[in-house]
Amino acid sequence: MTAQMRPAMAVCPGCVAAPSEMPEQAPSEVRLALSLPTIHCQACISTVERGLNAHPGIHSARVNLTLKRALIEADPDLRAADLIPVLAGLGFEAHELDLASLAATQSDRAGRDLLMRLAVAGFASMNVMLLSISVWSGASDATRDMFHWISAAIAFPAVIFAGQPFFKNAWSALRVGRLNMDVPIVLALVLALLTSLWETSLSGEHAYFDAALTLTFFLLAGRYLDYRTRAVARSAAEELAALEVPRALCMQDGAPVEVPVADLALNDLILVRPGGRMPVDGCITEGQSELDRSLLTGETLPAFVEPGAQVSAGEVNLTGPLVVRAEAVGEDTSLHRMAELVAIAESGRSRYTSLADRAAKLYAPGVHILSALAFVGWYLYTFDLRMALNIAAAVLIITCPCALGLAVPAVTTAASGRLFKRGMLIKDATALERLAEVDTVVFDKTGTLTAGTPQLENPDDFSQADLALALALAQGSAHPLSQALTRAAQAAGVDPAAVSTLQEHPGYGTEGLFQGRRVRLGRAAWLGAEQGGQTAAWLDRGDGTAPRAFLFHDALRPGAAQAVAQLQAAGKEVLLISGDTSAAVADLATRLGIKTWQGEALPKDKATRIQALSDQGHRVLMVGDGLNDTAALTAAHVSISPASALDAARVASDIVLLGQDLEPIAEACVLARKATRRIRENFRIATLYNVVAVPLAIAGFATPLIAALAMSTSSITVSLNALRLK
Amino acid sequence: MSVLAYLIPISLLLGGGALVAFIYTVRSNQYDDPEGDSRRILSEEWDDHPKP
Repeated sequence: MTAQMRPAMAVCPGCVAAPSEMPEQAPSEVRLALSLPTIHCQACISTVERGLNAHPGIHSARVNLTLKRALIEADPDLRAADLIPVLAGLGFEAHELDLASLAATQSDRAGRDLLMRLAVAGFASMNVMLLSISVWSGASDATRDMFHWISAAIAFPAVIFAGQPFFKNAWSALRVGRLNMDVPIVLALVLALLTSLWETSLSGEHAYFDAALTLTFFLLAGRYLDYRTRAVARSAAEELAALEVPRALCMQDGAPVEVPVADLALNDLILVRPGGRMPVDGCITEGQSELDRSLLTGETLPAFVEPGAQVSAGEVNLTGPLVVRAEAVGEDTSLHRMAELVAIAESGRSRYTSLADRAAKLYAPGVHILSALAFVGWYLYTFDLRMALNIAAAVLIITCPCALGLAVPAVTTAASGRLFKRGMLIKDATALERLAEVDTVVFDKTGTLTAGTPQLENPDDFSQADLALALALAQGSAHPLSQALTRAAQAAGVDPAAVSTLQEHPGYGTEGLFQGRRVRLGRAAWLGAEQGGQTAAWLDRGDGTAPRAFLFHDALRPGAAQAVAQLQAAGKEVLLISGDTSAAVADLATRLGIKTWQGEALPKDKATRIQALSDQGHRVLMVGDGLNDTAALTAAHVSISPASALDAARVASDIVLLGQDLEPIAEACVLARKATRRIRENFRIATLYNVVAVPLAIAGFATPLIAALAMSTSSITVSLNALRLK
Repeated sequence: MSVLAYLIPISLLLGGGALVAFIYTVRSNQYDDPEGDSRRILSEEWDDHPKP
């Protein structure tokens, strides 16, 4: 395990034996990562590890079941693409992950740092509590003083080390003249330690060393929970990004060579195979094909392209191989420019103040005023500085936001964990709270409500013979429409007709010979037919009759109908706004029972529509996947995108749907409401404890025992309340 | 009460020892794959001898 995480030390035995023989050589091994979404048990781990370790060239392979990943160290010439079939042979789905995008998860330093501080605070508070309990149960005089001194010796270094996150936060807030939750925390810690030290040196009765440490421990536990939730979301989001390995095939001396996208230069010739995504903006120099532009514009109809046509990064090549001359690369591509627009929109987004921040705003000044008043009051009443300071410290310790610090993270951890199991990834810390307020839901069509895979609409219009002919022609192509046709015909139990000399004309269709006649299946213009508004493939039977159209519609995503129905049943208004043709949008809207819809919407139209809804006081949830949705996703109160969305859209949204199913959206809204209710309840519980304990502290009756009891019970009640979330 | 002179250092040492042990487990990545580790014990591989 250790060896794996430290690539420099992990070497094969051969390299250890002969290190001097290859001093300045290329790295003797590469690290590869594979995503294995389907592994789930110890048998899967053993099968995958055994299979991979038996593969020539692999030095070591280890599966991480928590992350559903395999990390492999192998010879430099081994490619992840070679291993995917090996795993497929073992029955596991595997995808290559880009290790560079995963780098942040690998070195999880911040999390480790917090965990270490949490451990120090925990062990120190255990030891100090042991001593404190003896004091509370009656140790007196010299014994008590000695116990206090030992406690001080443990507490000072422990709090100074473990409390650093609070010190830093409080200082950065104070420097700009603001108050946050950490300021009263730090004040309480410092005051508790100093007055306790003073008391100890005077052989006083009460010392709050245990309180300072348990306080640090509980607060760090809250911080760590919060951090874990976000780290899980971040690593899953990174994994989605890492699935798109940024490599392109660059033509060098007439042969395609795999290079990283970042290394592409202007005027490079790039080969884009069918199914591949355009890495750059450019102009086609060779080949004919059809392009799927739906992620950029929302249109479902593929566009025909030939040499001279302009392409934009992010479009998907459907049929024939294309050679593209790069005209804009990297930061200059239209894809990147649109992503930057999103970043600009993001910075202007009205910041949502979370419940915790709102509570802190009320709480921090209140606590300071209260303890200052207690100090001044007692000082004026008794003129005893030591007593007044002790009481002020007790007030600060008792009001210290242990429970408040746990109130939000405990609930969000429980809720995010539950949603993650249902396939939803909460990326933003306040997304749940905002989701709870939603009253209007706007859906995008292509790729969001629909799966982006076409479905044959009218198989019954054709005779068995025609279907057999179409099936034979469709099998000769990997075009999505052909594949849909093949699926439909095979489902109807049709056998392919005997078509010979089958040939695909990329961008046009397939053609073949059937009983001596030339038969063709392809786009309207190629067969001399009139293109309608709907996605269609035309069949020319070669017998002189007019070509006939196979009509397709976009298949619904699983759970789309349920999600819409449940959202409407929950009293939310559902809207459909798409860049696709009005006819297609209207058709889908009626199928799903959505009353308000808008077709042919430009990216700007979507954003303005959402802005208008927000101005009317609606809280809008936007669900979309395309680049044309990104502005709308940013403009909305809260946004969701499916995992299949473009990177830019996923970055712009607060929640990512990991599975295919849309149904969890409605559930998430319900759960978000419940979670927010729990958070408010937790605030109330925490306040209740304060209402009981603070008068005691101000009256001067508080002892370290009472402080410890109040602090622990309120923290535990709050955590248990969070666990009630179902 | 002289027994305290032994007991207090012992309790401090035990606490410190546990802390050092915990820090060691964090440093050696033992919390990276909790799910996988809990499943691996069910596998019969490396039952007879530890993984080299």
